[in-house]
Amino acid sequence: MTAVSPSLAPVAVAPSRQRIRSLPLKVKVGGGILGSFVLIAIIGPVIAPYDPSATTLQVTPLPPNLHHLLGTTASGQDVLSQLLVGLRSTVVLALMTGLIATVLAVVFGLSAGFLGGFADEALSLFTNVFLVLPALPLLIVLLGYLPASSGQLPTAIVLSALGWPWGARVIRAQTLTLRKRDYVAAARESGERTWRILLFEILPNEVSLIAASFVGVVLYAILTSVTLAFIGVSSFSGWSLGTMLYWAEGQSAIQIGAWWWYSPPGVAAALLGMSLVLLNFGLDELGNPRLRDTGQRKVRGRAWRPSDPTPVVREGLV
Amino acid sequence: MVRRLGFYAVAAWVAVTVNFFIPRAMPGNAVDTMMAKYPNLLPAAQKALDVEFGVGHQGSLMHQYWVYLGDLTHGNLGLSVNLYPASVTSILAQTIPWTLALIGTATVISFALGTLLGILAAWRRGGWLDQVLPAFTFLQATPYFFLALLAIELFSLHWRIFPIGQGYTLGLLPGWNWAFIHSALYHSILPALTIIVTSMAGWMLQMRNVMITTIGEDYVLAAQAKGLSSRRVILAYAARNAILPNIAGFALAIGFVVAGALVMEIVFSYPGVGLTLYNAVTSDDYPLTQGIFLVISFAVLGACLIADAVYVFADPRARTRAAS
Repeated sequence: MTAVSPSLAPVAVAPSRQRIRSLPLKVKVGGGILGSFVLIAIIGPVIAPYDPSATTLQVTPLPPNLHHLLGTTASGQDVLSQLLVGLRSTVVLALMTGLIATVLAVVFGLSAGFLGGFADEALSLFTNVFLVLPALPLLIVLLGYLPASSGQLPTAIVLSALGWPWGARVIRAQTLTLRKRDYVAAARESGERTWRILLFEILPNEVSLIAASFVGVVLYAILTSVTLAFIGVSSFSGWSLGTMLYWAEGQSAIQIGAWWWYSPPGVAAALLGMSLVLLNFGLDELGNPRLRDTGQRKVRGRAWRPSDPTPVVREGLV
Repeated sequence: MVRRLGFYAVAAWVAVTVNFFIPRAMPGNAVDTMMAKYPNLLPAAQKALDVEFGVGHQGSLMHQYWVYLGDLTHGNLGLSVNLYPASVTSILAQTIPWTLALIGTATVISFALGTLLGILAAWRRGGWLDQVLPAFTFLQATPYFFLALLAIELFSLHWRIFPIGQGYTLGLLPGWNWAFIHSALYHSILPALTIIVTSMAGWMLQMRNVMITTIGEDYVLAAQAKGLSSRRVILAYAARNAILPNIAGFALAIGFVVAGALVMEIVFSYPGVGLTLYNAVTSDDYPLTQGIFLVISFAVLGACLIADAVYVFADPRARTRAAS
């Protein structure tokens, strides 16, 4: 580390920063938006200027003004406060669902792929059956039976019970290919226990898949929970993006043209979903370089696309 | 193929069994809730409901299960309590055509259009269509009902181009006459458009990504080297193979199509199965709820089966596998 180092030094000092910079743009943007939403979910209820449920005697919704930055509902509730408070329960529910469903997906996918044989057949059948059962109708029926005041956890459990099979299939397929690698055989020969091989040899090589399936489940949980709350089958005590839309629709915010009332929760849900989709595309591109944006190349001044024939440059022959 | 048929048989059995156990596993007594809500139900109805939901002494669980299976094979799904004494089967017969006509057409259009645009985006890689693709993902990431509400706000309330929800103009009698058909078609345009626009992005994206991988294959290069026109290479060589994952994905996407359809009917008050399910759930009409869930499950399984059959037809490799 004496004579050669100067040119290498900056790389050695900040490898993590370098790595962040080389991530696809989609991952950066998606992660950024998602991060700020999580931040709002954490501090939102503290910085909310009003009590989201506090009503006043007014009967018409106020458009955005200095006191109410996003206006008010028809009963004088502050929309910004509702949004800041409501984001938390939506984000918490989505992350909870993502966690439970991902654990289920890993458990089922890993064991099906690694055990093989009859266990694989049985577990795959189980996974595929859950995959083709129509999720939303089943959710509506199940939540219809649940008492209205049962809170977040039962909803999260029901959502994850129907959200795990996608991830399980992908993880199983990857485990099948990893299982036959030499290093796994070596670990087995050296007398490692099965659970150790699974946790320390196979699982670390599936982190990107698991991350992708987590992101996918969170997106599904947000869209589904907002939809269920909007149509009013899941509990609508407390504020969330879905219940905000439920009340706005119920009090005909759209018919009277109170856009500041119904758009914030919808736009917030859309942005949240968008950030997750971007994150997932970015993860895809990390794994499959062909999908990365190469754009058009120019060969001797003429546009050339990857789908065009290999360019033959005639002038060069002379 | 026999294997797949076996799989669908198992899936159908699971759907039927889940449907049997949900009311029995859930807390609370569904029959009491219904009897309290609908005081005009006859004692005979309570007896029937007791049997259907396994309340009181109805023999062992196995016995109840056999009775339930027997009823199913006769198409007996019980009576609705909200629309008593209409049978669940007759209510379904009225609503299924609406859903099937609208969703079927919209799904086929969306699949065809999305696949075609995906091919174009991959062909003109980096062109304008490829550039605006991220905007389509925004549609995919937004809750469908929110887009539908915005569409109603803009097209029905603001510009008054399309009617606000419903399946046909109230006051018209459903039948095979011009006034009714015209009204039904007119009312279906906006719901169909919202479904097509929102579900197209998924097909488009998958098609684009698979196309890009396929275009890098050697046989595409070989076709280009032969001097075939770009159009022929793209359509007959690359797209023909790249479409297979889209067809395979169709079976898995049907669940989402159904979900979208349910919400669409609720937002637009469209008189199909989804709206009926919603009304049944909100009015604690458990027999109707369960009947609808069962029918939807079977419809989804049937659609998956068809998608599988098409796949075997389209992919020679799947055919040889099926034959061996």
